[in-house]
Amino acid sequence: MRDNPVLRTAAKILFAPIIVFGLYVQFHGDYSPGGGFQAGVIIAAAFILHGLIFGLEAGRRLVPEWLNLAMLAAGVLIYGGVGVAGMALDGLYLDYNVLLPDPSAGQHVGIILVEFGVGLTVTSVMLALFHAFAGFSEDRFADKPEDTAGGGSQ
Amino acid sequence: MSIASIIANLPALVVVIPLLLAPIAALIPISGAAWLVAVIGSGGALVSAFLLQGAVSNGSSFSYHLGSWPPPWGIEFVVDSASALTVLIMAALAFVATLFARKALPAEINEKDIGKAYSAWLLACGGLAGLVMTGDAFNLFVFLEISALSSVILIALGAGTDRRALVAGYNYLIIGAVGATFYVIGVGFIYAVTGSLNMADLAARIPDVQQDTVIMVGFGFMVAGILVKAAIFPVHIWLPAAYAYAPSAVSALLAAIATKASLYVLARILFTMFAGVPDVTALALEWVLIPLAIAGIFTGTILAIYENDIKKLLAYSSVAQIGYIALAFGIASTAGVAAGFIHIGNHAVIKGGMFLAVGGYFLALRSRVSLSAMTGLGRRMPITTTGFLICGLSLIGLPLTAGFISKLYLVRALIAEDMIIVMILVLVSSALSVAYLWKIVEILWQRPEGEEAPLHGGEAPALYIPLWILAIANLWLGVAPTPLVDSANRAAMHLVGGL
Amino acid sequence: MDLVATITANWNYLIVILLMMGGLFIVISQNNMVKKLVGLAIFQTSVFLFYITVGKVAGGTAPILMSYGKAAYSNPLPHVLILTAIVVGVATTALGLALVLRIHAAFGSIEDDEVLAMKADAGMPRSKRSRSSDPDGSDPDGGDPA
Repeated sequence: MRDNPVLRTAAKILFAPIIVFGLYVQFHGDYSPGGGFQAGVIIAAAFILHGLIFGLEAGRRLVPEWLNLAMLAAGVLIYGGVGVAGMALDGLYLDYNVLLPDPSAGQHVGIILVEFGVGLTVTSVMLALFHAFAGFSEDRFADKPEDTAGGGSQ
Repeated sequence: MSIASIIANLPALVVVIPLLLAPIAALIPISGAAWLVAVIGSGGALVSAFLLQGAVSNGSSFSYHLGSWPPPWGIEFVVDSASALTVLIMAALAFVATLFARKALPAEINEKDIGKAYSAWLLACGGLAGLVMTGDAFNLFVFLEISALSSVILIALGAGTDRRALVAGYNYLIIGAVGATFYVIGVGFIYAVTGSLNMADLAARIPDVQQDTVIMVGFGFMVAGILVKAAIFPVHIWLPAAYAYAPSAVSALLAAIATKASLYVLARILFTMFAGVPDVTALALEWVLIPLAIAGIFTGTILAIYENDIKKLLAYSSVAQIGYIALAFGIASTAGVAAGFIHIGNHAVIKGGMFLAVGGYFLALRSRVSLSAMTGLGRRMPITTTGFLICGLSLIGLPLTAGFISKLYLVRALIAEDMIIVMILVLVSSALSVAYLWKIVEILWQRPEGEEAPLHGGEAPALYIPLWILAIANLWLGVAPTPLVDSANRAAMHLVGGL
Repeated sequence: MDLVATITANWNYLIVILLMMGGLFIVISQNNMVKKLVGLAIFQTSVFLFYITVGKVAGGTAPILMSYGKAAYSNPLPHVLILTAIVVGVATTALGLALVLRIHAAFGSIEDDEVLAMKADAGMPRSKRSRSSDPDGSDPDGGDPA
């Protein structure tokens, strides 16, 4: 698909607006339908489009495997970190009221941070799923000698 | 963060410590370091569970409001005698299994995937702990799915040694997802007529609902879903393959704690949420739970007698033991529910120990442990075999072992409720279980014909020390059962009250 | 007629029931593992529809706080519950599909009955198994890996 000029140009033009729209959906979850899950899928769609048109290796160069895994873990840790911060500031787990001196400002900040964590994780999970399924080759698992384990797919 | 705030947050810490260490473990490519993270995770959960059990040892209970939202609007974690006891049993077994995994997991899983394996391990531990602690019906579904999906990953990781692990994991995924969805349907019906999801609030609202059909349908769906997860006959079919083909450490972890959490949830549904409509629950207990439990006991025991693969044999035996626990809960008296909790604790120690021993055999033999391959191992691996034997004797209920205490309290509860026929069936099945244990013991000490299979490395302390921790626990719980029995009695009093 | 009146009044529940039973039937009856996952997804979707349809308030709008005007809002709680359940469903489907890929690599087939027949042939990695274990003609890959 990389040789088709229409697809190539369309992908290049669409890549950035999709991400911008995804960020809009992410941070407007307070006021309109949106939030972490939806935005994560939209942003991942941009990267998946890039991978579809320009090939899996180009996609992997854009987001290397270690970065994918790191973003995954970072998202979960941000969410959990907000919860632990609530506990550290003498509240309960995931208590947003204590994050800032003003409880309602604390609620705002808490929700934005956890949704950001969710968006980060969902983006990386969707991208990892795409690469795992599209890049799956049976030869990695079909013929393995008995003493090394068959291993997992990435 | 002061000591006081840590203590106040203990209910959350039991779940949060393993859950938040899971993504960290996923990033670590070195098996030793990832194991350390897993030990910290399960160890932290164990310490928190222990302190919680101490906090409710006087029969009190308290709740923890997540996010400081008061129930019934917010999600709460309930700490009472029942949940503290169950979460302590689960955290203890998870910790011992994690110690065993130090040598056991790297032998069966690729080095580069070990970090992710421990990540799934910690997610399973945290998810199961949350399942027990939560006091919100839908939050229960979320934790149910967290533990189910991470269990599927752990089971399927056995594909390195046996490709049937993949099919076992797939079947568990499908059947488990159907079960969990049934539970969600049930919660949907109940929410539609009561407007609340909090378990304590539901207990207050359900008796006032006019539409009994909806209550019965919702109750039926919820119980059906949980029966699938708890591996009660006839929806136990995912269990034998799943425990047989998973890696040894995973089999030990899941056999000890996974189904117990679902059985605890069953007790919660029957005795907390629907406590106000005893005619509905009595129908389920008398006509569904007790017959299915008895069927499960006999199916498990008889199929275990004819099984040649030792892990599958132990899995069928687990189906039978789960039947005992379900039967105990089905009796629904204080004595019965207490017997159920006693067996939850004892069976975790028994089965956990037996699977750890089989793991030791597998890692020494490096091949599938069929009964024929185990010939004569008793002589060549004496430490492991003695531990295995102690747990086995406990399984059949020899006096001075933990299994005897469970059987004793179960039979007493049956006699107190005048269920003599069921009591005779329980005794008959106990006698039958001697058959498969004797089969194993005979093989272990038989002289092998022809040359013996080579042992890789003999008995490693890293493998038999966790086994012996559990074997000694078996003996200790058999000789000094008072702490467990008292905690179980308190739990039963809390759940069924003055019935 | 009473029947038509009941059907038109409860058309949403009828759709939920149709999807639920259809999905469950597909899970039970289909041999192909991917089709089973599709059936599971349909089954889970019916449950989502059930929650949302129960949460609708007559005359209510979407449960997003509007700063202008006074409006009746539909119940927001089912929406939140279903968001979580949808993500759980996605994770289940993804995990199931990953397992199907690995099963195909290990067994050469994704039909339940064929895999069951092959399972009896011990659990060794493909290179060590007897070549005759793959059923004739049913494997689109032509059997053994390169």
